[in-house]
Amino acid sequence: MHKILLMLLCLASWYAGPATAAEAKPVSEDPALEQRVMQISNELRCLVCQNQTIADSHAELAIDLRNQVRDQLKQGKSEQEILDYMVQRYGDFVRYRPPVKLQTLVLWVGPFLLLAGGLFALLRFLRRRRQSPELNDVSQARLDEASRILSGKENRQ
Amino acid sequence: MRRRQRSRLKGKIVARYLVPLGIFLVLVVFLGVGLGLNPRQVPSPLIDRPAPTFDLPQLHATDKRISPEALRGQVWLLNVWASWCVSCRQEHPVLVDLAKSGVVPIYGLNYKDQREEALRWLQQWGDPYKLSVMDPKGMTGIDYGVYGVPETYVIDKTGVIRYKQIGPLTPEILRDTILPLVKKLNA
Repeated sequence: MHKILLMLLCLASWYAGPATAAEAKPVSEDPALEQRVMQISNELRCLVCQNQTIADSHAELAIDLRNQVRDQLKQGKSEQEILDYMVQRYGDFVRYRPPVKLQTLVLWVGPFLLLAGGLFALLRFLRRRRQSPELNDVSQARLDEASRILSGKENRQ
Repeated sequence: MRRRQRSRLKGKIVARYLVPLGIFLVLVVFLGVGLGLNPRQVPSPLIDRPAPTFDLPQLHATDKRISPEALRGQVWLLNVWASWCVSCRQEHPVLVDLAKSGVVPIYGLNYKDQREEALRWLQQWGDPYKLSVMDPKGMTGIDYGVYGVPETYVIDKTGVIRYKQIGPLTPEILRDTILPLVKKLNA
């Protein structure tokens, strides 16, 4: 009974969701500006909830930083200038796509190196298995034996 | 023939057991180190850089302002706090004790807070700060790269940030890291 009630409640809240969302007022009157704010926000990590960008996050700090992005865009700053501003304060980690640098080289190249290493090991393994001498020795001897038996030479001996 | 077999056997053992074991051990080491890391402790780019400047009104005397330049010539702590911050409450006794010892002056950055609430909070739990400044919009917080209140900065005599603590101070961190650093910077 409780379960059914809970399910009904969930359903009810699900239906109620879109209705309240429609009442949310737009953040800015300028959709073009807002689009650029979001575009830059998508490049910046929210340090409070680290697997989200500040565009996705509802943390206080993310809202502050989005406002900061908006203000700086209004001041005519370029995207690069805004990203630099953030990196200066929060470090490279604030970039959702870390820049290619000596310190981040392992991050960028590492997976490909691992993949190459894995492929190399796999190829070597396969090749070695194909020309594995013991297998060939045995099977060749047994094949000979088998063909001898099949051809009936065995009987004549 | 026997020797050949033996070396082949050895190669088999290496390939079948030792290589996976080696890979496994490397993974264990990586995961072990990873477990020990705290993902919330993001290294600050501000370490060994001049403390960002600000000019903010004081919490108690709002008509007076202060900037970090006025604190040159001494080693000091900047503690970012707020009355709404739960962990600040947790670290507060540590700060009060430190202030009592008089080893190093503590200045507070009251971050995104209401003045009345901040004052009430200090009255209730004690005021370890030489003085606190108000950053109601969190703009100075952004300049300092604050993302998890409380945070504490050790700033040297020339106004350079030497250490940043993210999260509450504990007696251990104070004893093992901050106090030795303050001593070194004061020497």
